[in-house]
Amino acid sequence: MNNLKKRQEYRSLFKQNVKKRLIIDKIVRIIIISCVIAAIIPLGSILAEVFKNGITAISIEFLTQTPGSVGSGTGGVGPAIQGTLIVVGLASLMGVPIGVFSGIFLSEFGDNRLGRSVRFFNDVFMEFPSIVLGIFAFLVIVLVLGHFSVWAGAFALALIMFPIIARTTEESLKMVPITYREAGMALGLRKWVVTMRIVIAAAKEGMITGIMLSVARIGGETAPLIMTILGSSLFFANMNTPMDALPLRIWRLSMLPYDSAQLQGWGAALVLIFIIMGINIGLRALVLHKKETMQILKILKETVGGRK
Amino acid sequence: MEKILSKQNDRRFDSDKIFKMGATLAGCFVLIVIVLLVFQLITQSYPIWEEEGLSFIVGTDWNAADGRESFGALPYIVGTLVTSTLAMIIGVPLSIGIAMFISDAPKKIGVPLGFLIELLAAVPSIIYGLWGMYVFRGFFLDMIEKPLHNTFGDSIWLFSGTPFGLDIFTASIILAVMIIPTVSSVAREVMKAVPQQQKEAAYMLGATKWEMFKLAIFPYSKTGLIGASILGLGRAVGETMAVTMLIGNATGINAIPESLFDPSQTMSSIIANEFIEASPAGLHLPALIGVALVLLCIAIVINVIAHLLVTRMLKVKEGSINT
Amino acid sequence: MTYESQISSEPIENDSEKYKMIAENVTISYGGVPAVKNVSMKFKEKSVTALIGPSGCGKTTFLRCLNRMHDMTKNAKVDGKVMIDGIDLYSKEIDPIYHRRKVGMVFQKPNPFPTMSIFDNVTAGLRLNGVRDKRILNEIVEDTLKMAYLWDEVKNDLKKPAVELSGGQQQRLCIARALAIQPEVLLMDEPASALDPIATQKIEETITELKKEFTIIIITHNMQQAVRVSDYTGFMYLGDLIEFRNTKKLFTDPKNDLTAKYVQGQFG
Repeated sequence: MNNLKKRQEYRSLFKQNVKKRLIIDKIVRIIIISCVIAAIIPLGSILAEVFKNGITAISIEFLTQTPGSVGSGTGGVGPAIQGTLIVVGLASLMGVPIGVFSGIFLSEFGDNRLGRSVRFFNDVFMEFPSIVLGIFAFLVIVLVLGHFSVWAGAFALALIMFPIIARTTEESLKMVPITYREAGMALGLRKWVVTMRIVIAAAKEGMITGIMLSVARIGGETAPLIMTILGSSLFFANMNTPMDALPLRIWRLSMLPYDSAQLQGWGAALVLIFIIMGINIGLRALVLHKKETMQILKILKETVGGRK
Repeated sequence: MEKILSKQNDRRFDSDKIFKMGATLAGCFVLIVIVLLVFQLITQSYPIWEEEGLSFIVGTDWNAADGRESFGALPYIVGTLVTSTLAMIIGVPLSIGIAMFISDAPKKIGVPLGFLIELLAAVPSIIYGLWGMYVFRGFFLDMIEKPLHNTFGDSIWLFSGTPFGLDIFTASIILAVMIIPTVSSVAREVMKAVPQQQKEAAYMLGATKWEMFKLAIFPYSKTGLIGASILGLGRAVGETMAVTMLIGNATGINAIPESLFDPSQTMSSIIANEFIEASPAGLHLPALIGVALVLLCIAIVINVIAHLLVTRMLKVKEGSINT
Repeated sequence: MTYESQISSEPIENDSEKYKMIAENVTISYGGVPAVKNVSMKFKEKSVTALIGPSGCGKTTFLRCLNRMHDMTKNAKVDGKVMIDGIDLYSKEIDPIYHRRKVGMVFQKPNPFPTMSIFDNVTAGLRLNGVRDKRILNEIVEDTLKMAYLWDEVKNDLKKPAVELSGGQQQRLCIARALAIQPEVLLMDEPASALDPIATQKIEETITELKKEFTIIIITHNMQQAVRVSDYTGFMYLGDLIEFRNTKKLFTDPKNDLTAKYVQGQFG
């Protein structure tokens, strides 16, 4: 054991560097705050610019008419809005049931090797670049049919949607305590009744959050639509012709050199952002405080912010 | 009596059996799709593999003219990897800084801030592209690219190309912003998993907050943070629209960048740009599909590695309810 | 008195010399709810003080305020003074890291840094303070590991990862780590509760030796341990300090009824 003198000697070795350490700490704090600012500025700028530039383009005419001749500055994005609604709606009709039942499988029947494989491949599939999914839809539908088709576009979007919904559904269902199921079974109810009526009712909020956020996600997708619905200047005629959609129209407009096209592009962007941000902000504001949906958001954070 | 009861039991069995079968089928749907998709990509790109073999991957030609068709995916592979890596280099430190801030901030600031970062993820790629083209590009070109080129263009090869605004650099910066939500959110989870006692041990020794991060948090969560970074890389690799609109769209050997200010092309952007016009008759379409196949492989490998790293750190337990 | 002289911490020549640490009217609340109510204690130099009381009585909360651990806790509010060598730890002018080095802490569950070796764990605090000289680091490592009764068991393999040690060894490593920064006060929160009886005995021996140089405040659930090891004992109940006396007197002749009941095991 050392005595007091030795200890004093040790203490004297400690550099009087506390001030320096505190300064370094402050500098790091400043750097970190700059990181935050560096991320918030783009967000603010994007929202501000879209609003500022797009608002002047908005009018009833803009929202309901077909595009005028190229570069004329007349007309609107009516077909694009209609197209987005149709293709997203159709995609949801396909993707939501598959996603939900997939999620039910994973949650209620998935504690085995098949379940683990499905879960793994589901997660892998979520990482498939969306343009590759568009090519797949092109190959199995457009090529087979011989023409561009709304089915293909909806199918591609559904492929993006369903794995996300499967995961969020699974997590929502898993959060429902086992006691709910046990109570149902004890009453003599069949398993499918227990699941569909009792468990889903309890998991409703999380599931709907997941579904709505996936819908918002695919609404903004462009790449898979390029080779499936192609784009068009006309309103929807039938399922087997090309169709327009907001992201596609924005892209096509951005490739034109005219100022009027640029303006229309901003206008379309404003409409798109309005819908998508509306869903996102509205949902998160409504359910942000609930513990269950926080869990869902956590999963979505890791997946939905994906390739577009 | 028994007959009646057993009949009822049979019916009960049936509807549950159907339910289970339906759910299982839905679950297996993804497996079927994956198999079909890979199969389709391979068979439809087969002509280019037949024609060029593996040299398709290292070739740099890109000629669709009849009779002189020759395609090589290398420039686009390079473009994808360069932009994604740059995006990672720029975006990961920013994301970790944001994660550090949020993990330490009081709830009143942390929660809204986290929400704002998530909104970044909700912005569609096409709008990042639009904003990049009309807003960011002008600013970036004048404030950063031109000055860098004028000052260092002769000495540092990175800045030697003539800046035009639509190039590797611009595309990478936008990509970096786009991966921030993913990387920072995973980084936050990973840092949150550090046990409180580790942080206390560091504080006990008299560490400042930054020193506490260095002592307790970073060593502990290192694997997870690397995983988060690679996850960001994976995101960037799969990105299409924003990159397409900002990267300048060169093709063939010209697409291999020699400086930060050169235009280029990624695997996804060449597909986005040329798929519609490629005639299925020749090799052009198969070449593009071949590029898609390579893109898919790279994306999957990167993401699988990332997930392994992250889940190993978080030890996410997966299983389902036993009923 | 400049701050710099506080760092070198010579004993101060004034009437608080006999007492190394004085807590005055300490009240600690979490989100408005008080967990420690107006507690005052004085800790003599080179002594061992035990804090006892049933779960939830505030002993850990109180202990942690002695090195400003509550700075890390959101919603925690600390009122009152904690003086070490006459300087108030909670005065606004002093950054806590100046003083945390003087007050080492050992936690209930051993928490060595998992990515570091035994050697690096012990020297972690030293490196923070700018000590780089290899010779000095080696000296201090040997010194503190010996004080913690761990030297003989690990001296041949200091580069081994700390997590490969047993629970008892890890806890002694944590003691060595706390001692390495040359503190004057050592706070221990139930240091042996997660350990087997043999390891516990070793820890108690360590404490008895350490008190020759350090002021030790130890929380314990084990009343026999308190008797074996401490000179003074404070009994807390529901946030109040009920009684604080010489250990033997408190256990054999408690002044307060509540103390008597607790000491006799009538509640816990």
